[in-house]
Order: sequence, then structure tokens, then C-alpha cells
Amino acid sequence: MAETPVMPSAETPATETSAWSRFLDSDVLYSFSRSPVTVAAAIVTAVFILAAVFAPLVAPHNPFDLASIDLLDSNLPPMWLDGGDPRYILGTDDQGRGILSTIIYGSRISLLIGFASVILATVLGVGLGLLSGFVGGVTDAFIMRVAEIQLSFPVILTALLIDGVIRGVLNVEKSGELAYWILILSIGISNWVQFARTVRGSTLVERNKEYVQAAQVIGIHPALIVLRHILPNVMGPVLVIATIQLAVAILSEATLSFLGVGMPPTEPSLGTLIQIGNDYLFSGEWWMVIFPGIALAILVLAVNLLGDWLRDALNPKLR
Amino acid sequence: MLAFVIRRLIQSVVVMFFVALLAFAMFRFVGDPVHQMVGIETSLEEREALRVKLGLRDPMIIQFARFVGNAATGDFGISYQHQRPVSQMIAERMPATLELSIISALFSLLVGVPMGVYTGLHRHGVLSKIFMTASLIGISLPTFLIGILLIYVFAVILGWLPSFGRGVVTDLGGWRTGLLTTEGLKALIMPAITLGLFQLTLIMRLVRAEMLEVLRTDYIKFARARGLTNRAVNFGHALKNTLVPVITITGLQLGSIIAFAIITETVFQWPGMGLMFLQAIQNVDIPIMAAYLIMIAFFFVAINLIVDLLYYVVDPRLRVDATKAHGHG
Repeated sequence: MAETPVMPSAETPATETSAWSRFLDSDVLYSFSRSPVTVAAAIVTAVFILAAVFAPLVAPHNPFDLASIDLLDSNLPPMWLDGGDPRYILGTDDQGRGILSTIIYGSRISLLIGFASVILATVLGVGLGLLSGFVGGVTDAFIMRVAEIQLSFPVILTALLIDGVIRGVLNVEKSGELAYWILILSIGISNWVQFARTVRGSTLVERNKEYVQAAQVIGIHPALIVLRHILPNVMGPVLVIATIQLAVAILSEATLSFLGVGMPPTEPSLGTLIQIGNDYLFSGEWWMVIFPGIALAILVLAVNLLGDWLRDALNPKLR
Repeated sequence: MLAFVIRRLIQSVVVMFFVALLAFAMFRFVGDPVHQMVGIETSLEEREALRVKLGLRDPMIIQFARFVGNAATGDFGISYQHQRPVSQMIAERMPATLELSIISALFSLLVGVPMGVYTGLHRHGVLSKIFMTASLIGISLPTFLIGILLIYVFAVILGWLPSFGRGVVTDLGGWRTGLLTTEGLKALIMPAITLGLFQLTLIMRLVRAEMLEVLRTDYIKFARARGLTNRAVNFGHALKNTLVPVITITGLQLGSIIAFAIITETVFQWPGMGLMFLQAIQNVDIPIMAAYLIMIAFFFVAINLIVDLLYYVVDPRLRVDATKAHGHG
């Protein structure tokens, strides 16, 4: 095994080209290209993200444009079945929205909430972890106790509780418009612990290294030491946790929406689509629930596989 | 030993204290309890009188102490939505959730352990590969989707099993059980599988990993050298040594099974505590939410404590480590 750096993109290099060539040479890219499952997972994730970003261009219809949907088209089966309409490849839902279009727009909402809540969890967790590790003492003990208590409850339960409390504070009627924010907050807050514990651990190690002592000796402000010197050195594992947490966040969002405390039917995420379709399952209109379900499962599986690979690739112990 | 037990007990009490504080804060500051209890025509003076009567004008510490005291005796107040004591509602719904949780934990153990042993012994077998792939897919499929798929196949298409409810229940002195009638048992099958599937994959993977680990050890090689039968080596020696972590994890997972029952109960309209909690969240029924939070926390803390103490009894190495950790501070 070559002694190339484990994190090729962590440091800012002198020039753009050298960073790129270093990346092409790195072990990480090599192990990526050697794992067909990971390549497939990356392609699937990329397709989902691209479709979500360019949803208005990709989707055959705009499910939010009331002028383009027709109630006469409602509950149509997929086009290859009897009574299917070639305009709607995967059929339509109860309001005449094309399933394929609602899935594309739904993934957009699911991914948006997923990414936003992971960013919130990362900021919260890394911040508290740095604080805990660098300051130590009572602050450290307090933060870690809270983390332990929260860790002993399943994420979905914490998210449900926070969701319920925020809805209570804002009162239920208004919460429809704020669904995005409520979901991002409740999922983000329930996922910070993993980040905080890992970052605290590495901060404890970095804090006693010579470069930190040197910075302290020349009188740099502690906040600057933490942000400019320690932070870049503890970010490696954070990337891995963030990828795995993205899958968790997408699943949590879908679960909350399915349980009826997430996105409203007017702006459906994948979970809401499954919830809507669930009501029509008994009358045999399976496509409303099966297709969004497959989309959700594939997305989560792909992100999970990426996270697993990243964890192994960035962990020198496993080579 | 005694010091360890006392330290663990204090820790548990601290956790419960924080959870109670959280539940109290929810109860007291989210929404206005008086506003929820009175009609629109109640005058301001009457509201104030009710406030004083309920003790909402007392100092916060006294209110909190009263809240904890009430909760400790099982009094969680009155549901805003149903206007009934929360403790009574919980007592009615607890049997449904406990039956579902325990049956699904048993299911995941009885199926997961043999599958784990098999995949551990026949690492490269075709069946093992199928099990492992299936478990990966099982982890990626959300619980509610598995439930929906089961309902579609077994209730809608085949019509074999009921899609919702508990079937026929028998009343055993306040404990309404569905385990004594065929309808009740049939209604239990799909919810129990849905709830237990994730634990099943977890247990299977754990047993497999432990088996692979144990099979490499010297005493297994020695047992084989002594000419013992495969059966005696695999089950008498290997499996026995994998069971301690399995039992621990199953114990710890029992708590999350009860929590995940929220989702399963919603999919199958199972009349348990989880469904009640979810409806409470949808209607911002704070007393039920607070009571559920405290109860679940109590379950978790109690299970954690028992598992830790059992570990301490079972594993002598822990005793050494505990004293070392204590010596450091």
C-alpha cells in the first residue's frame, strides 16, 4: 500500500490541477472504481439528485400546476395495463397527477429535507463536539450526558417528539406551511449526537498535539485555533457519518410524513405519496403506493451503500 | 459490586430526572393547560380561579415536584382531547403493545438465531448469500413500507389475514388479550413480522459475526481435534459462546421495539400505546405525549440498568475495568 494521504480533498493545495491529479491517483478513487456495487450506487444517487434539481425539466408534468391536471385522469393505471394512458407512464393518483412526476417532485422534497437536516445536524454536532472536546470540564460533562440520554432513544422517537412540540408551540393550523422547517429542525436535532461524539473524540487527541500548543504560545485566540486548526483535522470521519446520516434522514422524513406529521398532501414528499397511496391499496390501485415505495427504497439503499463504501475507503485500518 | 450498583442507580435516576424535567416543560409551556380545559365562554376570573386551583400560580419548583410526585404514582393528568385520565387510557392500551412487542421479539430471536448460525457455518453457501442480500434489502426498506407490502399481498390479493385491528380479544381481568382466539392470533401475524423484521436482520448479522469469530478460536480447534462431532462443536461450544451478546442486544432492542411499534401500530391500526401517542402528536395532546415520554424513558432506563447489571454478573473482566475506571476519577 502506498503512503498517499487518506483524505485527498481535505487540504487546499497550491494549484487546482495538482489537486485533481492527486485525486485521480488516490487510493479512494481506485477502491471506488474497483467496486461495481459502489459505482452503481453512486450513479443511482446522482440520477436522483439530478432529477430532483432539474425536476421542472425532467418531469413529464408539473403536479403543482393546477391547470395541467385533470380530475378525469385520476386513478389511471400504469400505461402497460388495461385502461392505461401513454401520457402517464406509471399511472396517476387520486387527483390526476402523474405518479412519475409526483415521484420526481417528491424526491426533490425528500432530498432537500434530507440534505438540510444533515447540514443542521453536522453544524450542531461538530460545533458541540469541538466545544466539548476543547473546553472540557463541566461543559464537556454536560454535553456528553445529554448526548448519552438522547442516544438511548431511537432517532425516530426523538424526531416525533420534537415535531410534536414544535407543532404545539406554533399551533397546528399554521404548521402546514412550515412543514419543511419543522421536519428539518426535528430530524436535524435528533441526529447531532453521532457527530458530536466522534468530533469530541478526535478533538481530545488534536488538542494535545504540538501545533495546537504552538498556536496557543503565539497567542492566537482559542476560537480561531479551534476553527482554523483543529476543525480541518477532525472533518474526515464527519463526511462518512454525514453520508450515512443522509440515508437515516431521508428515511425519518418519509416515516414522519407517512405518519401524517410531515409534509402535507399538497406538497408531497415520497413518504406522503406512500401515505396517500395507502388509502387506495384496498381498491386495488397498487401503483400509487408501490412506485413511490420502490423509489424511496432504491434511494435509501444507494445512499447506504455509498456510506458503507466511504467508511471502508477512508478507514486505513481496514486496508 | 455495591459501589457499581449504586453508581448505575444514580445515573438512572439522573436520566429520569432530566426526562421528567423535559416532560414537565412540555406539559407546562407548550400550549396553555387552562385554555385546553375550558370552553370559550369561560370568563377571565373563572380562568384565573381554575389556574390557582390547579396550582399553576405556584412557584415552578413546587409545580415540578408535584408533577414528579403525580407521575411516580401513575397520575399523568387528563387528556385534552379525550377528557379522560391518561393513566386509564395507557392501562387500556398497554396489553396490545406489550403482546405485539414480545411476540415480535420472540419471532426475531427464533428465526434470526438459526439463520445467523447457518450463515456463519456455511459462509459461502448459496442460501447464506440469499439471506445476507435479503437482510441488506430488509434494512433499507422502511418499516411502514414492509407493512404495506404485507397487507397488499396477504390481505388484499390473497385475503388470508386481516389487514387491521386485533381480531377477537378476550378479557382476562383487565388484560385484554388476543392470544387466545384464532382471529386474534391471525391478526397478530403481520404486525409482529413487520415489527420484528429489522431486529431479525440485526440478530442474524450479529450471530453470524459472533459465530465466525468464535469458530476461529483455539478451543474450537481443540474440540475438533478431540474428535467431537460437528454438532457438539457447533452447538455445544460455538453457539453457546455467541449467546451473551445476542441476549444483551435483544434486551436493549426490546426498548426500541416498543418505540417502533408506533409505526407498525399506525400501519395496522393496532389499538396500542404507539397509535395513541401518534394521535396525541397530531392533536397536540400534551398530557399523553408527556406520559408516553416518561413511560418509554422508564422502560429504556430499566432495561439498560438490568442489562448492565447482568453483564457485570456474567463477565468477570468488567469488574476489573470498573475499578480501574473508578480509580481514574
